[in-house]
Amino acid sequence: MSKRYEIRLAGLGGQGLVLAGVILAEAASIFENKNAVQSQSYGPESRGGASKSEVIISDEEIDYPKATHIDLLLCLTDAAAEKYLKDCPETALVIADSDLVPSAIPEKFRSVKAPITRLARETVGKEFVTNIVALGLIQELTGIVGLPALEKAVLDRVPKGTEDLNKRALEVGREAAHEYGAHILSAKG
Amino acid sequence: MSAEATEKKAPVIKFLAGNEACMEGALAAGCRFFAGYPISPSSEIAEKMSGRLPKLGGKFIQMEDEIASMGAIIGASLAGAKTMTATSGPGFSLMQENIGYAMMAEVPCVVVNVMRGGPSTGNPTGPSQSDVMQCRWGTHGDHPAIVLSPNSIREAFDTTVQCFNFAEQFRTCVVLAMDEIVAHMREKIVIPAKEDIKIVNRKKPDLKPGDPYKPYEADASLIPPMMNFGEGFRYHVTGLDHDATGFPSGAPDNQEILHRRLVDKVEMHKDELFLFENHRTEDAEVLVVAYGSTSRSAKRAVEEARAQGIKAGLFRPITLFPIPEKQIAQAAGHAKKVVVPEMNLGQYRLEVERILGPAVPVVGVHRVNGEPIAPSLILSAIVGG
Repeated sequence: MSKRYEIRLAGLGGQGLVLAGVILAEAASIFENKNAVQSQSYGPESRGGASKSEVIISDEEIDYPKATHIDLLLCLTDAAAEKYLKDCPETALVIADSDLVPSAIPEKFRSVKAPITRLARETVGKEFVTNIVALGLIQELTGIVGLPALEKAVLDRVPKGTEDLNKRALEVGREAAHEYGAHILSAKG
Repeated sequence: MSAEATEKKAPVIKFLAGNEACMEGALAAGCRFFAGYPISPSSEIAEKMSGRLPKLGGKFIQMEDEIASMGAIIGASLAGAKTMTATSGPGFSLMQENIGYAMMAEVPCVVVNVMRGGPSTGNPTGPSQSDVMQCRWGTHGDHPAIVLSPNSIREAFDTTVQCFNFAEQFRTCVVLAMDEIVAHMREKIVIPAKEDIKIVNRKKPDLKPGDPYKPYEADASLIPPMMNFGEGFRYHVTGLDHDATGFPSGAPDNQEILHRRLVDKVEMHKDELFLFENHRTEDAEVLVVAYGSTSRSAKRAVEEARAQGIKAGLFRPITLFPIPEKQIAQAAGHAKKVVVPEMNLGQYRLEVERILGPAVPVVGVHRVNGEPIAPSLILSAIVGG
């Protein structure tokens, strides 16, 4: 991994992106002892407004806590894709929900489209684990955090009684990485 | 959070937001009374306090408004508790009258102001540093001001402890000025063990029941020892000009003594108050002065400028007020230019200009669009002619 890895998770309030960012950062900082900062921005609405969560993971001290050179962009709405793709350098990996982001991702990016929300709703059985499915997908595609750390971080944060559901969501996300992102995984080697 | 981190003998590792670290710092400092009216982006402090305080035998009250919140923390402090409230710009405006009262009546308390865009209700969820001068001059009249501003999660914890210590030591209302980015971002924090946290408690008079007590009679420190209500001594507390007994007195001599003492008690001890960081300032030809989250952008910009061969450095006041004037002048010793980035239109820049005088050009980098100041903007100002 390079010194500083920048992740932006973008969509709507209510999709669990802030929590997803917190979990990812905790996996890196608490369970893998790297440096990580999570931050977010959102509007005054409690749900339904645009929401953005950012995670910086680094082996070094993290000064500026916001993304300036995005390595990974997750888009769970078309509006998020429209707004943030233009901020991304060509080296960025773009992951989008194929049902919620109908626009094409420009070919200059490495990209993966997967029906993340539908997988949560239909395969796992609860739409509210969309964020955890996304984390499974991100973990398998990038390896930015290890699976044991991510699983611990997820189980630390989710409500009691939902552990199995969330473990299953991680698994479904990781399987989706192979089904929809084989081109990325094979390029990684 | 089941474990009471602040009561632990060993350090505790957590992944917290600035607001949560502030709350932990307050509890570690001994805060056992919080009265407030929740407002973004400070609400998590009240929320977490409401869960934690009752378990520690403390009190949490959600008040009807901000001025009442101040009234409650002043009253509880007079009764011996370490007290705090938390708010943001609109609420901070409403608190000003009672902030002045706490300063006049010399009641220790801590006000956290998580700055958001203003004036008025402004931008509730966006970051800002536009209350800096309100933290200094928000309440009317000449008054002392102690204002701290952290730039990391660990520092949010430490400066909150420090705010309580200064409030107790100087018998005044101390302000913690966080910006929304520090309040809401999360980082790993090692919460120190209880015995490693320095705690200051208000100085008490050495009196036996029945001894005469003048509540506002100061010794050479200019800070009167404080007897808590309920400990056997009764006295008068007022926002009016008063003499050593605490009763109103409009005598000109008395007023002069009182007002000068209130300001001087902080001024004469100000070297104990200065918290700051110098980063590569020894030979800095371009000095950046930045605080709060903006200082993190500035540090990055300084590193990038150094990589280009520019001798840049960062001075970061943690104590915004009193202003570390000598320290700023010293850091600017070799500077041909000074850059002051702020998420406001130049409030602290004016102070830096005043301190350095006309010999050194001071350039402001100001944004009030609810977005953080990116390192590239500061770098342009460092590099630019």
